[in-house]
Amino acid sequence: MAVQDVFQAVVDFEDEKVPGLVRAELDGGSPVETVLNEGLIAAMDFVGKKFSEGEMFVPEMLMAAQAMKAGLEVLRPLLAQAEAQPKGTVVIGTVQGDLHDIGKNLVAMMLEGAGFRVVDLGVDVAPSRFLQVAQESGAQIVCMSALLTTTMPRMGETVSAIREQGLPLKTMVGGAPVTEEFAHRIGADGYSDDAPGAVELARRLVAA
Amino acid sequence: MIVVGELINASRKQIAAAIEARDAAAIARVAREQREAGAEYIDVNAGTFVGQEAELLRWLVATVQEAVDAPCCIDSPDPRAIEAALEVHRGTAMINSISWERSRFDALAPLLAGTDLKVVALCMGDEGMPETADQRLGIADRLVDGLLRNNVSAENVYVDPLVQPISTRSEFGAEFLRAVGEIMGRFDGVHTICGLSNVSYGLPERKLLNQTFAVMAVAHGLDAVIVNPLDTRLMTQLVAAEALAGRDPFCMNYLKAYRAGRLEA
Repeated sequence: MAVQDVFQAVVDFEDEKVPGLVRAELDGGSPVETVLNEGLIAAMDFVGKKFSEGEMFVPEMLMAAQAMKAGLEVLRPLLAQAEAQPKGTVVIGTVQGDLHDIGKNLVAMMLEGAGFRVVDLGVDVAPSRFLQVAQESGAQIVCMSALLTTTMPRMGETVSAIREQGLPLKTMVGGAPVTEEFAHRIGADGYSDDAPGAVELARRLVAA
Repeated sequence: MIVVGELINASRKQIAAAIEARDAAAIARVAREQREAGAEYIDVNAGTFVGQEAELLRWLVATVQEAVDAPCCIDSPDPRAIEAALEVHRGTAMINSISWERSRFDALAPLLAGTDLKVVALCMGDEGMPETADQRLGIADRLVDGLLRNNVSAENVYVDPLVQPISTRSEFGAEFLRAVGEIMGRFDGVHTICGLSNVSYGLPERKLLNQTFAVMAVAHGLDAVIVNPLDTRLMTQLVAAEALAGRDPFCMNYLKAYRAGRLEA
């Protein structure tokens, strides 16, 4: 038995095996954090890397996430008991007037897979709602998606509202028509063109 | 099969550059290539130029119609941009698109009312993207009804049931196809139309999936597409699929394409 088995089962999308392997690992004396970080999260990082390199594809990312979640269910009560802190809290949503959610859902899933607490506000989210929920949930990051050129300006409005109120929130943006240059122009703290990149970015932003 | 050529879209780098430089020759070339490849409508989109869309859409329509004798498919959600483009458009344009999102419907319906304009009716409402065939039908029902009440004739309505990627849910392709069949069976005179590329998002060898999906959609009754007409393999498959689906009397289109040297198996 080794934490490597948990890693491998997630990478092989074996969602039915993962909970048993996680329990065996804990019974064998491995700390909860080790199973989480070196088993589940490391596996999702591996999958994310393969995805960015074009060697794995969206359905495989979904299957790995499902396997990861099955393992996380076993760890959750123990993490709560140990009062373990999540890697950070991200409030995520598709901006007002925009109903596209596929990319946003992938990013939310990968952030969860990386150990973040994710508050998903769904689609058509007004700037004021991003602000309100971010404050209530004690989030560090607001993550916005837009798939329409007509709704991209809502991102800038949200970033401005955060700045105006002097809130200590980092902002990140993405979506098909969104570019690095656009992110820079509206004053967002970061941009990513895929879900694993968004995870890397979120890690940098909470560390900063 | 009604083919709308999708290439003049500002989200494509070369087109954005051509628009930026007002390079009429470059736009004219893409219009001609698509027309010669069999596109009946030339889609024009200037959506990424926020604030200048109306003026640029107008320029694109004029430039395209200078080069080819074909109507445009005016691709914008903004009624002001569409109106500006229509002022210079010759013939009967197609509008891409109206939807059942309340504000979008209310803004565009008056523009269509009582005209001969064709319109793409996107199966999307305020409650979000449809996932199942039944949700698509629910939206299509209200949308078609809303258009008919606004004096748009059924023959001018092109319902787009909204293609979603099979990579994120395996049933998305099947639900779309079922919706096409149901819409064609239920609403007399109405057409169905779609773009293809969404279906293959997140998967390798996307062209293979797009082409196969097009053939399957034709088999379910789809009678219009928004595609890259320069994809000769796809265009060939559409001709064959229509003949096989029983919508090419005496196989005349198929034979015409054969004699024109356009069928390479």
